Amino acid sequence: MHLAYPAVLAVLLFCVGLYGVLARRNAILVLMSVELMLNAVNLNLVAFDVWLRDTLHAGQALTLFTITIAAAEIGIGLAIVLLVHRNRGTSDVDQLTDLADTGTEPGPVHFGGPGSASIAPGTDNPDETTADQALPARGQTA
Amino acid sequence: MSATAAAVHSLWTTRALADTAATPAIPTPHIEYAQLSPVLIVFGAAVLGVLIEAFAPRAARYAGQLAVSVVGLAAAFAALVALAADGYAQGRSHVAAMGAVAVDGPALFLQGTIVLIALVATFTFAERRLDPVAHGNRVDSFAAQGSAVPGGEQEQKAVRAGFTTTEVFPLLLFAVAGMMIFPAADDLLTLFVSLEVFSLPLYLLCALARRRRLMSQEASVKYFLLGAFSSAILLFGIALLYGYAGTVSYGGIADVVDGTAKLTPALANTTGNDALLLIGGAMVVMGLLFKVAAVPFHMWTPDVYQGAPTPVTGFMAAAVKVAAFGALLRLLYVVLPGMRWDWRPVMWGVAIVTMVVGAIIAVTQTDVKRLLAYSSIAHAGFLLTGVIAVSPSGVSSVLFYLVAYSFVTLGGFAVVTLVRDAGGEATHLSKWAGLGRRSPLLAAVFAVFLLSFAGIPLTAGFSGKFAVFKAAAQGGAVPLVVVGVISSAIAAFFYIRVIVMMFFQEPQPQGPTVAIPSPLTSTAIALGVAVTLVLGVAPQYFLDLAGKAGVFVR
Repeated sequence: MHLAYPAVLAVLLFCVGLYGVLARRNAILVLMSVELMLNAVNLNLVAFDVWLRDTLHAGQALTLFTITIAAAEIGIGLAIVLLVHRNRGTSDVDQLTDLADTGTEPGPVHFGGPGSASIAPGTDNPDETTADQALPARGQTA
Repeated sequence: MSATAAAVHSLWTTRALADTAATPAIPTPHIEYAQLSPVLIVFGAAVLGVLIEAFAPRAARYAGQLAVSVVGLAAAFAALVALAADGYAQGRSHVAAMGAVAVDGPALFLQGTIVLIALVATFTFAERRLDPVAHGNRVDSFAAQGSAVPGGEQEQKAVRAGFTTTEVFPLLLFAVAGMMIFPAADDLLTLFVSLEVFSLPLYLLCALARRRRLMSQEASVKYFLLGAFSSAILLFGIALLYGYAGTVSYGGIADVVDGTAKLTPALANTTGNDALLLIGGAMVVMGLLFKVAAVPFHMWTPDVYQGAPTPVTGFMAAAVKVAAFGALLRLLYVVLPGMRWDWRPVMWGVAIVTMVVGAIIAVTQTDVKRLLAYSSIAHAGFLLTGVIAVSPSGVSSVLFYLVAYSFVTLGGFAVVTLVRDAGGEATHLSKWAGLGRRSPLLAAVFAVFLLSFAGIPLTAGFSGKFAVFKAAAQGGAVPLVVVGVISSAIAAFFYIRVIVMMFFQEPQPQGPTVAIPSPLTSTAIALGVAVTLVLGVAPQYFLDLAGKAGVFVR
């Protein structure tokens, strides 16, 4: 089999992942898209390894490392996304607008998701300094 | 067709007789433990920290972690000095651990810088006098329990019981160990693994602020998603470079790029394909530019710097930049010098955009941490001008600039932790008005840091910028230097605006107070001031040191 087939397939997979990262709003789907990109790399590495007849199999070794690291990364990523979801009731990356170049205005729009009414307002509002204390314990039930 | 099929089958079968002689013997790996000892010591201290976290009683953890971190980092620094004294920085520099890790001048210099940064950062992490005492317990800048919902019942219980997140110390040490390998990595596999080893702890550290936890977690999510995205891009670039060269070692790829490698039949099929080299190299460089926060890839920087706990921000701003610039230098100078006519124009563009955009957007900022974030972006641009001068003086000037920049940054963020009001740190710039009247010493110290950022003579920032611009001008990049000086002037405007605000405006009636720090933070700030002034007034010794360290091994 010529190298072009797996290489083109890997590029296509990578582009699907790229599109997913850029277009998806849900943090979990973004994470899945990143996984897709990493797996495209794995495919590429294994294909090159076979094509080059690498005696030390550097490509396959790197693939094993990639799989392991991707697992570690997804573990940490899910932990962080879960934490945000418990606090805000949403894992929509578009609604993470507390930190932005908006000057003194709070985040522009809060969509009507579950519990969005009590999302902490903007960062630079001098009165809103204890957002974390003021927040009700919504996450206990989530 | 049958030949390829045989090649594929040889993956899981071996031929019996004659052909085995053709396979080169694979030597038993040998690891130079002594030369890798600095990294190994830091990893050992990190593992010890995890064990303390698991077995020591809660009351003993803070002191134990602090002791292990400080002793581990100091020992690692001693090991680095011993290695450098043995001549590994110059004559005896070589590639250790079967071609995975380089032990040479730039590696040892940057590792030493990172270890010292980490030592100072440990002090700021351990500071416990700034927040008001909660339920009879002194607290630091980190959440009582990272997993608890802010304001929830679990959180209140944890605060009442006096829990603290002492896990930050092992996390810091793991990040430091990864950062130490990153600029020394001599193959693409080590590069990727060390990138993840230092990134993953940082994602966690970002989410652990005691105050403003929602912002902190948001910063963590943004950093994580963009970081994972960029490391996937870097990894794809690695795969393409591997496909191009048939090896992941830096020296091997450089040989193939230069055309000096022995041509094997398999390699002949791919080496002709410059698309693999160009796209792969570009993607790897993109991944590294993301970490140094150069402009098209800088979007995460202000958000993450603002949201993360301030001691973590200081550590990240200083150490990540040092590690990532080290890796970028090694990649461009060791792997891709053969195609510098391809990457230099691109880096020209990136450097110009980074300097100009960083300086201009910083002018509009109203938050101290965001201001420092944009200033760090502008500094990445200044550092890139040194990288573009493909010469030994380019390397040594970047090394020197990194030292000067990182200690000033650490000190600057340490000062930010001290200015507080009821809600924690008062980071809005309007609250800093008149600070010079209320606490002249603190304002004066911050003014020194700002002047150094601006590059005023007699500060470290000036020596660094001078070295970098000189190297760039000698390398033929005079227009770049002109742009650099202009954007320095723009940047000086907003630094000096803050100084004017602190000293020549009336204090607000309900302005922030300045917390009295423990000796830990005082040490960090004093070190920052000392480095700023010493590197500004008498930089020659350190310039010589960086000059001696400025040769990569291949």
